[in-house]
Amino acid sequence: MPKYSFMLNGKKVDVDAPSDLSVLWALRDKLGVTGPKYGCGINVCKACTSHLDGQEFNPCVTNVEDVAGRKVTTIEGLADGDVLHPVQQAWLEQDVAQCGFCQPGQIMAAVALLKRTKNPTDADIDAIENVCRCGTYFRVRTAIKSAAAKMAASPATTKVVSGSAVPVTTAGASLPTTGATATAAVTGAVALGAAAVVKAMGEQGSAEPA
Amino acid sequence: MPLTDQPTADVAVEGGIDRRRFLTYLVAAPTLAVAVRYGLGADTAFAAIPGTPEPADFQDLGDILILGAKATESMLIQLEMDAKGNVSCALPREEAGQGITTAVTMLIADELDLPMSKVKVTLADARPELLTGQLTGGSNTIRSVYEPVRMAAATMRGTLLAAAAQQLATQVEGLTALDGVITATDGRTVTYADLSSLAADPALFSGSAQPKAKADLTIVGRPQNRVDARAMVTGAFKYTNDLDPVPGALRAMVRRPPTIRGRVDRILNEAAVRALPGVVDLAIVDLSVGAIGDDPVSPRSTGVAVVAKTFGQALDAKEALEVSWLAGPVDPKETDATLRAKLKGIQLPFLTPVVPLVTQAVEGEFYWHFASHAPLETNTAIADVRADGADIWSGTKVPVVAQQTIENEIGVPTKMHVVQGGGSFGRRLFFDGALEAARISKAVGKPVKVMMTRIDDMRHGRARAASLNHIRMTYAAGNVLSMEQRVASVETDFRHGLGEAITAAGSQLNVPAAAVPVSLGGSASFAQTVFLTTVNSPYRFGVTNQLLNELPTTFNTASWRSVYSASARGCEEIMVDELAKAMGKDPAAFRMEFLTDARQRAVLKKVMDLGQWGRAMPRGTAQGIAFHQEYKSMTACLVEIDATNKLDPRVTRATIAADYGLPINPRGLEAQLLGGLTDAISTTLRAGLHLKDGGFLEGSYSQFHYAKQADSPPKVDIFVFPETTGEPGGAGELGVPAAVGAVANAYARATGTKPRSFPIIFPVDFEPFTTGTGSTRVNPR
Ligand code: FES
Ligand code: FES
Repeated sequence: MPKYSFMLNGKKVDVDAPSDLSVLWALRDKLGVTGPKYGCGINVCKACTSHLDGQEFNPCVTNVEDVAGRKVTTIEGLADGDVLHPVQQAWLEQDVAQCGFCQPGQIMAAVALLKRTKNPTDADIDAIENVCRCGTYFRVRTAIKSAAAKMAASPATTKVVSGSAVPVTTAGASLPTTGATATAAVTGAVALGAAAVVKAMGEQGSAEPA
Repeated sequence: MPLTDQPTADVAVEGGIDRRRFLTYLVAAPTLAVAVRYGLGADTAFAAIPGTPEPADFQDLGDILILGAKATESMLIQLEMDAKGNVSCALPREEAGQGITTAVTMLIADELDLPMSKVKVTLADARPELLTGQLTGGSNTIRSVYEPVRMAAATMRGTLLAAAAQQLATQVEGLTALDGVITATDGRTVTYADLSSLAADPALFSGSAQPKAKADLTIVGRPQNRVDARAMVTGAFKYTNDLDPVPGALRAMVRRPPTIRGRVDRILNEAAVRALPGVVDLAIVDLSVGAIGDDPVSPRSTGVAVVAKTFGQALDAKEALEVSWLAGPVDPKETDATLRAKLKGIQLPFLTPVVPLVTQAVEGEFYWHFASHAPLETNTAIADVRADGADIWSGTKVPVVAQQTIENEIGVPTKMHVVQGGGSFGRRLFFDGALEAARISKAVGKPVKVMMTRIDDMRHGRARAASLNHIRMTYAAGNVLSMEQRVASVETDFRHGLGEAITAAGSQLNVPAAAVPVSLGGSASFAQTVFLTTVNSPYRFGVTNQLLNELPTTFNTASWRSVYSASARGCEEIMVDELAKAMGKDPAAFRMEFLTDARQRAVLKKVMDLGQWGRAMPRGTAQGIAFHQEYKSMTACLVEIDATNKLDPRVTRATIAADYGLPINPRGLEAQLLGGLTDAISTTLRAGLHLKDGGFLEGSYSQFHYAKQADSPPKVDIFVFPETTGEPGGAGELGVPAAVGAVANAYARATGTKPRSFPIIFPVDFEPFTTGTGSTRVNPR
């Protein structure tokens, strides 16, 4: 069986596989990298969305021979150790995940979008085709806008440390309490609110610019 | 684990739903462990007849399921504290995105004065001793565990305080607890970790403690983020397919018959497929749902399992198989049109006459196509069947039935491990994935990980049953005189029972004769019970009766989030708009007039205010509003739609208000409402399954048009009421029906049409897959 080498989340990996084994199963079944999910296998649901040389791609319809010598980044490679990518941080703050199964793909798609477009419009976000069967779309949208604001506030290197494995009430000050209107319209105000959360966390010593 | 000899206390719970009594135990262990079960006393009748609850005073399906849980004498909830002062609880429920582990973490942490990070809620393996007490459904989780969880945590806290008093040689009175540290009046402190062993001493156990007064709670009722979110956004979270509990487990996929519940005649190219790369074994496997009662007439469905080293290889080999098939039991000429005619034929008649000149009527007939559950994680299970026993891992809502069914069939002691699921929406009430995995593992004599393809999930998995709704409302002189609704539906499969094999095996739940319409002969099936206890008009509409009649079929169906209500109540909300129009009234003002109580009206008023009901809308766009109540919760939804292009409508804004009686986690409840809204937008406008030639055409999300980002509103406001009744109502399913009504009504008003078939926009706008299968070779669009 041929052997293929590529960079996976910053490390060189080798995989023995038939040339047409899809990257999804090479990752999941041969390399034990399970962040990219199977939701359809035919490039429709986008649950497997990852990055190839920095661009989004769908491992389920890409053969392993086609990534040889290239750089593959999955959701596992997005954070810098414990330092989350601002998009992941925004996902926590907006409490996006329900079952969570689509979210690695949603996040990788959002990161790719923000690479292309610093300040995405609603129409740009509408173009994301990732299926969320739990219907979290509005929170996905809010989180993307919040991440865009975060990244604009501290360009290029913005990364936020999340101090706890359990994201809970740190953001309490900015979260609406019971009885308040919970989910605001997506406007600049939300983005500002999110930026304020990062700042508040920073003041508590649990967040810092990387 | 052995218990202390006797329950040491029984206590009536403060603010309890019906003064249920609980027994609290100290569990013998090196560190503190406390368990709670339902007590005897007033509830002896239920406790004495495990598995066949006969609820005398239920009000809704959730009540029935809770009473079902009461049939067990076993420990419903057990909390354990480790030497570091961390508390764990194995919840006998399935988390699949509802946020129940977060809500239970909140309840425990608040009651115990611990930060949430020190509390870990996991999912319990199948616990057969719980009988009917381990079913996740009917929006029953928080309703059923709210009291026992608080009771267990309060008792654990009380025991820690007693231990602290001994340790500090002081009185319990005057001690305060905060963040796992107990402080005496003189300032001396001791931590829960310090006390975790001492507090396990039975001599110190002073019995049950009262849960805190609401005013003393600091976590419950306030928005909290999901406890499992970080693992999800980093890719670290493990679903069944990501687990590796049996090193070396092979990967298996099943080639399914081209027809629903068809079967293998013979494999035509076995040797060639066995020679493909990575292929380890082939086996013909039973695909029927097994001992819980298959269609007794038709032979069992079978398929070919392909066992390989990777899923990619299993997929390719499964595609390469050439099989001669025998047809399944569904009439190969069955289409939506033939099915609809059959449903029409079984529809029960209306009872109230329309008297010309005196009364007027509005009337409508609504067809709902099948809808796939399509959770993003398809059926997945890991099975390790050995000569001496079996272990199965899968996301299931009925682990006890699953375990018992598998054990009976494979003949060795079986342990069903419950794994958090990637969505369910009712799908995981059936455990076909676990059963198939067990059969394959047994057949090939090796541990296997088995996954269903998406196309098989849509064509051979479970679906919401197609139904025909007929509604007539009569009115005269400003009054509504009657509301009659007749639902003729393809049978919804409830053979998963109430959570254990005794009821699943076919015994029907008995309900009081009074609850059953005479026309149905005074005894109702479980389906009738579900219908009668969930579908209720909230309006003062005079003579009101709503009846279900089901068409037995061999389609694979299952409860789909909100079961009958999304379609049945959704249709009623559409007719309410048409009735308001006929009576010359504004749809919102009309609802306000005919709702029956102030709590309902407050919810409706909230969405009208927040959503600016009645604001001027451009041509081709409109607002729509609807109301729904179920499981002691209620909600209203107001949407705006842009239907300038009638064939390409977009919901542009949504406002939702909900009153859950007692919200545990408002942020989680908002998430559930958002999910319900998306389900409603999907199934009302575009997402359904076409039935043709006895099967479904759709095979992926490019064909089953569940909403994507471009279909979902860019502006959503959700309001969760603070505590009203003091009792948590159901949450998981509430959001769908009102949103269905609101979306349909907005579409009707924007386009001047009367929607009668759902989804409204439903062309076959794709080339159906012709291979069976969804391999990587199938062209996606
Ligand atoms: S699994 Fe790759 S797009 Fe669906
Ligand atoms: S969170 Fe469940 S599919 Fe998106």
